[in-house]
Amino acid sequence: MAPTTCTISLTVNGHPHVAEVEPRRLLVDFLREDLGLSGTHIGCEHGVCGTCTVLLNGASIRSCITFAVQADGAEISTVEGLARGGEMHPLQDEFSEKQGLQCGYCTPGMLMRACEIIAENPDPTPAEVRSAIASNLCRCTGYQFITEAVIGAAARMRATKEVAS
Amino acid sequence: MKPPPFSYAAPTTLADAIGLLTEHAEAEPRVLAGGQSLIPLMNFRLAKPGYLIDLRNVAGLSGIRREGGTLVIGAMTRMSEVERSPEVAVAAPLLAEAVGLVAHTPVRNSGTVGGSLAHADPAAELPAVALASDAELVATGPTGTRQVGAAEFFTGPFSTALAPDEILTEIRLPVWAGGHAFVEFSRIHANFAVVGVAALIDLDGDRIRRAALALTGVAPTAIRATAAENVLAGTDVGDVAAAAAEAAGAAVEGLTPAGDLHASPQTRLALARTYVRRGIELATSRARNER
Repeated sequence: MAPTTCTISLTVNGHPHVAEVEPRRLLVDFLREDLGLSGTHIGCEHGVCGTCTVLLNGASIRSCITFAVQADGAEISTVEGLARGGEMHPLQDEFSEKQGLQCGYCTPGMLMRACEIIAENPDPTPAEVRSAIASNLCRCTGYQFITEAVIGAAARMRATKEVAS
Repeated sequence: MKPPPFSYAAPTTLADAIGLLTEHAEAEPRVLAGGQSLIPLMNFRLAKPGYLIDLRNVAGLSGIRREGGTLVIGAMTRMSEVERSPEVAVAAPLLAEAVGLVAHTPVRNSGTVGGSLAHADPAAELPAVALASDAELVATGPTGTRQVGAAEFFTGPFSTALAPDEILTEIRLPVWAGGHAFVEFSRIHANFAVVGVAALIDLDGDRIRRAALALTGVAPTAIRATAAENVLAGTDVGDVAAAAAEAAGAAVEGLTPAGDLHASPQTRLALARTYVRRGIELATSRARNER
């Protein structure tokens, strides 16, 4: 039996999409090639490096070892969805200010993983951040700046929340 | 690389999933749970199933519940759910500790308990947990459901007692009230462990009433270390250091692990001795503190 395509419907950064995909289409390729969202990077393609990290229903996943069909019905968040109305997300601001980008290759995955880290723990210690971002490799080895950026963003997000409440 | 082409179905009932396994037997079908082991293998083209049967839409395969003295975990329960579950922390702390050592959070958010057990990687943590805990694995096939003891489930590297038309649906763990420890050596945090040890110690006053030990990374499957358990039975907790060292020797007696890029056979045996000893000591000290 020849492989056929499947119809999937999912939400990406708040926008609904319906698409025909081959079952073997990896989620990262679906995002980059089919939707043109090339912010999510491809690194190792076997679930080790983490640069393809996106959020599925708020939880971080490796989009290079997830089929697009597995995301049917899900809400996906990618790095393109972080900035709102021309305003950078606090994580993006902090990565920029604290030199957390370096070459930038790991950045989209780091940012999405950091979203989850701060959502679970709004006031993480540097040790907790270092342990949590061990899921994502930075081959510039700029972990110190990345850790500082995540801590800084968490502080900004707490402050914004206090002002709002 | 990209995975090779395959046909795909995401049935909504277990009966349909089992039916598809039979119907497409010639395509060498595989069951897709979280995909965190299978998809990397497909990306490397080490696995080329012609048909994938995705369980994500099958109702009732996910969840954690207590049935008297048994903790029941649905096969599709995500590792991260197990990790966060207060019920697992109380009833099966060995499982909770082991799950925390499986890869990183993004992998545990997708990876499932049943997927890891059915994949049966000889270096994985969960088979050792199942063995040490005397878990029962529930398999469902065309003619119904059967329970397979963990000791009979793991038949070889990446091989289990599941028939080609059976699906692992549930893991049943006897509730454990004693001390526990899952300890492992890996070269990099969250990488596959070179050697891992699951240890359960139950005390009766100041004596070890029962010990259960299982090892990964030293044989074609995870193994139970019965000889080491026998050394520990009846030991006074005051003598646990000496007994643990003796048990560690008994645990590796007769083992002939394969060497690879990560560790030679000699290194694996030396690590196994050390980690069996540490596992016993930690589980015993926790058993004493939890009284």
